[in-house]
Amino acid sequence: MAPENDLNGSEILLKALVDQGVEVIFGYPGGAVLPIYDELFKQNRLRHILVRHEQAALHAAEGYARSTGKVGCALVTSGPGSTNAVTGLLDAMLDSIPLVCLTGQVPTHLIGNDAFQEADTTGITRPCTKHNYLVKDVNDLARVVHEAFYVAKSGRPGPVVIDLPKDVVTAKGRYVGPAKVRHKSYKPQVKGDAAAIEKAVELMAHAKRPLLYAGGGVINSGPAASELLTQLVKMSGFPFTLTLMGLGAVPAADPHYLGMVGMHGTYEANLAMHDCDVMVCIGARFDDRVTGKIAAFAPHSKKIHIDIDPSSINKNVAVEVPIVGDVAHVLEDLIRIWKTKQVRPDDKALKAWWKTIDGWRARECLRYKPSKKMIKPQYAIERLYELTKDKDPFICTEVGQHQMWTAQLYRFEKPKHLMTSGGLGTMGYGLPAAMGVQVAHPDALVIDVAGESSIQMNIQEMATLAQHRLPVKIFILNNQYLGMVRQWQELLHGGRYSESHMSAHPDFVKLAEAYGAVGLRADKPSDLDDAIRTMISTPRAVILDVKVDPSENVFPMIPAGAAHNEMLMGPEDEAEKPESEDGMVLV
Amino acid sequence: MSKHQHQRRHTIAVLVDNEPGVLARVIGLFSGRGYNIESLTVAEVAAKDNLSRITIVTSGTAMIIEQIKAQLARLVPIHRVSDLTMDGPAVERELALVKVAATGEKRVESLRIADIFRARAVDSTNESFVFEIVGKSDKIDAFVKLMEPLGLNDVSRTGVVAIARGPRPL
Repeated sequence: MAPENDLNGSEILLKALVDQGVEVIFGYPGGAVLPIYDELFKQNRLRHILVRHEQAALHAAEGYARSTGKVGCALVTSGPGSTNAVTGLLDAMLDSIPLVCLTGQVPTHLIGNDAFQEADTTGITRPCTKHNYLVKDVNDLARVVHEAFYVAKSGRPGPVVIDLPKDVVTAKGRYVGPAKVRHKSYKPQVKGDAAAIEKAVELMAHAKRPLLYAGGGVINSGPAASELLTQLVKMSGFPFTLTLMGLGAVPAADPHYLGMVGMHGTYEANLAMHDCDVMVCIGARFDDRVTGKIAAFAPHSKKIHIDIDPSSINKNVAVEVPIVGDVAHVLEDLIRIWKTKQVRPDDKALKAWWKTIDGWRARECLRYKPSKKMIKPQYAIERLYELTKDKDPFICTEVGQHQMWTAQLYRFEKPKHLMTSGGLGTMGYGLPAAMGVQVAHPDALVIDVAGESSIQMNIQEMATLAQHRLPVKIFILNNQYLGMVRQWQELLHGGRYSESHMSAHPDFVKLAEAYGAVGLRADKPSDLDDAIRTMISTPRAVILDVKVDPSENVFPMIPAGAAHNEMLMGPEDEAEKPESEDGMVLV
Repeated sequence: MSKHQHQRRHTIAVLVDNEPGVLARVIGLFSGRGYNIESLTVAEVAAKDNLSRITIVTSGTAMIIEQIKAQLARLVPIHRVSDLTMDGPAVERELALVKVAATGEKRVESLRIADIFRARAVDSTNESFVFEIVGKSDKIDAFVKLMEPLGLNDVSRTGVVAIARGPRPL
């Protein structure tokens, strides 16, 4: 190799990526990044996965990052390459996923000239990244890459863009290793304030109706956080609920688990949240999908909030005990203090609280009317769970009803096993995310639970599956509708199904075959198990098109603008549709 | 509750890396999240360390002001955020250049008022003055108001700069 001060920008870039532990890049070439692709061609330490659309490169990098805990890496060209990446960047931003996205840029002397395939990438991506860089001097390049990885994974993780003008990646320059780079200003706090943690323990010790409410921050913090949280649940005997982003943080099989919280959370989780007297929020952010109507949110509770991002605290809900820090660090301290103080929770009160909760559980809120004729979507997810649970599968979803049924009915026992677009709600997320997961875990069972509409938003990635021999399984709940849109129109817009029905869909079996995958179909309940078994045992990419009852809705549901104790429990509640004006303006 | 919903004016000082796009990050944060900017000033303050200082005057409820500070602090190139309204006493100043075009008695009157406000004439022609005035924003407001009937036709203001009283730096 050439001496260290005689590398071109592309060599420097790839060397820095290797030094950062990158193994895979998801990308799509184009004019501005040709020199980088030329260097990629000459080496074999970095694997490149060629996608079919830049948005998919970003989601694939997200899937890779979420299932491994490493930083995902994407490479796209200038102009349309970078604008296509924007959705994936914002998706990663809202779900706190660490990514580094390299974007090509026109040469520095053409910047600002409306040159061919020029976009103001740093301008466009500023609000949808944690940070971004435009590298104007090749001698800054290595430092910027190392900084970018540090920023992406430290504190609250997020996406970082590095915009690379073509002349910078061809110029000769100097390489510096990661050990020599320290960030000047960005040093997030990981250790929680000891006094605040003591106060939290004090509150928890005297709680009569406590609730632990944990989210994606636990998963982002790493396996230690999940173990500590599981330990805290056992030690305290407190009930716990998880957000969509937190599913799997503590095993769903734990008897203290109340199910998911929020708009489509369980009756028991939402009522426990409404009635609790001490709420411990751990790595979650009081998102509007969780709180419902803020004014009526957990009105009798004192709240403890553990979050690594100080801006999450007191944003939507005022809390009594804020603790800024990394979940694992804070829980470790909290458990230690709990033990040294020999905290004994109020057993009598706790028993009464569990009795109340068991009463709510008895409602069996996720129950649905089974059918012998039609496949109920809930039944499809239940069967998928039963037939795959022993195979340690990674589950990805698209966005909509199928996503909520998966969250409600698939039982996640481990962190990092559910990849779903929680914050941004990006249709078309699941298939590319599943690609990324499969690349990271080549021998694992990776399933994208999809809707027939969502899947078509990035269906072109079937070709990527074929090219890279990724045996992703696509499990489509096909109800011919934009199901969640139809559900809202039914509940909030007088049943006027404006543009939510799609009367033309591809034949998914033939479509699978056209892309070199295997197509399967299940039309009635009796077909389903065999179809799922065939899907699992096929060592190639599969689309299983499951025709489900088109009229089914996701319940329970807290209508937008309603409180936790105003849940709709099922079709019988629909009769008295609460067409609230407040709710209609909310999303 | 009413205490939380009461709107207050805050002056916030922010120390940032002097790099391209840093001002856009701060302004984008305010517009993207719907916060008010009443005034904003920015200039390099430590060339050696490549640092600039941004002074922002904003208003909001206590919860919003807390959010603004937390959101600013999490921007990567930001070193320090200080709420000068909350963190002890501070000195606030603004500079304005005020152009008054008049002749005769009005011209004399404008000079007299400028004298009272300790404004200096920094440019003069037979039919105009440019006054330089330094002070708190309300002092400048008052000066401008008094100049209006006297031929005021142009104003340029710097926005507020502020610094904490006492020996401690930001």
